[in-house]
Amino acid sequence: MAQYQNLFTSVQPVGPLHEGVPLPRDDDKRLGTPFLVHLLGRIGNAQIGPIYLGTLGVASLLFGIAAFNIIGFNMLASVGWNPIQLLRQLFWLALEPPAPAYGLSIPPLAQGGWWLIVGFMLTVSLLLWWARTYRRARQLGLGPHVAWAFAAAIWLYLVCGFFRPIMMGSWAEAVPFGIFPHLDWVSALSLRYGNLFYNPFHALSIVFLYGSVLLFAMHGATILAVTRYGGEREIEQIVDRGTASERAGLFWRWTMGFNATMESIHRWAWWFAVLCPLVGGIGILLTGTVVDNWYLWSVKHHVVPTYPLAYPVVIDPAILGVKP
Amino acid sequence: MKRTMKLALSLLAPLAFGLLAGCERPPIETVQTGYRGTGMEQIYNPRTLLKQASLNQAPAPAEAAAADGPKAGEVYKNVQVLGDLSVAQFSRHMASITQWVSPGAGCAYCHNTENFADDGKYTKVVARRMIQMTQRVNQDWKTHVAETGVTCYTCHRGNNIPTNVWFAPKDRNNVNSSMGDLAGQNLASKSVGLSSLPFDPFTPYLKDSAPIRVNSTEAMTGRGNYANRTSTKQAEHTYSLMIHMSESLGVNCSYCHNTRNFQSWEESRPQRVPAWYGIRMARDLNNDYMEPLTSTFPAHRLGPKGDVAKVNCTTCHQGAYKPLYGAAMAKDYPELQVLAKP
Repeated sequence: MAQYQNLFTSVQPVGPLHEGVPLPRDDDKRLGTPFLVHLLGRIGNAQIGPIYLGTLGVASLLFGIAAFNIIGFNMLASVGWNPIQLLRQLFWLALEPPAPAYGLSIPPLAQGGWWLIVGFMLTVSLLLWWARTYRRARQLGLGPHVAWAFAAAIWLYLVCGFFRPIMMGSWAEAVPFGIFPHLDWVSALSLRYGNLFYNPFHALSIVFLYGSVLLFAMHGATILAVTRYGGEREIEQIVDRGTASERAGLFWRWTMGFNATMESIHRWAWWFAVLCPLVGGIGILLTGTVVDNWYLWSVKHHVVPTYPLAYPVVIDPAILGVKP
Repeated sequence: MKRTMKLALSLLAPLAFGLLAGCERPPIETVQTGYRGTGMEQIYNPRTLLKQASLNQAPAPAEAAAADGPKAGEVYKNVQVLGDLSVAQFSRHMASITQWVSPGAGCAYCHNTENFADDGKYTKVVARRMIQMTQRVNQDWKTHVAETGVTCYTCHRGNNIPTNVWFAPKDRNNVNSSMGDLAGQNLASKSVGLSSLPFDPFTPYLKDSAPIRVNSTEAMTGRGNYANRTSTKQAEHTYSLMIHMSESLGVNCSYCHNTRNFQSWEESRPQRVPAWYGIRMARDLNNDYMEPLTSTFPAHRLGPKGDVAKVNCTTCHQGAYKPLYGAAMAKDYPELQVLAKP
């Protein structure tokens, strides 16, 4: 009897390699001859390929690779075309959006022009890839669930890099393309707008983020725990529960009084994951456009606790009008 | 199966070690400085603190000299700032300054040994101005240095030039290239604690008076004249200045601020007030004392853009919350307490 309590998948049923279902005549051909990789079979399906690229996939990759290269070459140029420095400082380097003085106008290439071009190309690439996930799903007769979940992530990307900068009237408000620099942008945004932890949409977003993790752990653990009863056949068990589903449901009903079902657990997971960037995006969009200081907003709405003063009262020297 | 586990472990172990290599070795000590639950605390590593402490010891003061007898200004020629001292006091001061600033080269670092009154060496002209600067700090910037005061040693520590001074950063190579604009940030820079924040927080805040405050005092956005137009990029600049201060003093943000609301003075610790004056003091010293000396210095003492060496928080603090951990060194040198009459 196969055991499912291992870190890796211990069973690799290997059948004949298959191409997948036939495609309609006007679709492109799938690329590559399928082959097996045993190690990948331990974490997923051992069969690699064939892959379907199609017009949308190729166009998306072209735009994506162009954006990636422009970012890379700008980083390389910023360290004087020194490849060693590029590797050493890779996490620090970035392609920055234009300075605030440029507003929404088109700046020279060196002062943020490249950033605009990259932003455009990356957005086109993402949207094309989104259309591809939608079309591939439809082609296979699937629902568009993956595409709409991906759209939620694209929404947050567009809010940070496109919608909010336009509403603020300045490309400078957008996110730089770089590892540490985009994290600095996050900190600076929070510092500028009075602590984003007091933004209720940020709080909701964190609930859905951590909630997703929790649901993922609960669901993964539950299914692995009941696979000895055939519990991994989740879809069949939506309509025909069987002992695996019954035991899984009982376990949660006993431990927390309520249980999801084989169907609803996937809606829980989908909505938690989708709502994380969705509400997060709303929070970012309101920052600086409607609310200028989230801490004071929270004070206004009585959700900030007060603490006893621990020091003598400190007075802002600037309002004292004291010159040294 | 066992082989796979071994393989996985042998791959994971160096990875885990590599990830931990950037971390500080414990122990870490946490000192609570505010009301419980507010996260007001300082984090220290006793090992680094011990090393820091040994680097920040004040030297023993020179033996006091008699105030009677003829004045230095009457006996020596060209004594412009310490002429009111007795000859004994004057000699004591000169001996101390040699120990503080040029223990290697001795008197000859500033003086023409043939004629001590000669102003031919630029170092002597600079030293005179620096004595005046020290007097100014002790007399007019008590808001920052309080009664502890400063001496030449606070910054120099036995070096001709204090080890921590700043210049305007040089332009990157290919500055006119249409690619690779750094926008003044995005390099691992010592000036901002190896972060990728703007690497020159000094020019805008410690020389120029760019606004440091970025927060709004109202919850909602204002319109027209009531709008706070400070950009997120400006917040990054302020952030870089604050990182510099934190690195200079060896303290966390919460040494001064309550991080739930950085701007609030009511929720800040009293330490924020001298820090506020410190920024103004550095600005004053750079503009009134250092900048005018630009043409006095020879070219090799100037920065890559031809600007003079300037002070920032590290110049004096050098990693300690108070320079020399608050050793009241200046009280033994009353001639440095008050600006000399011109």
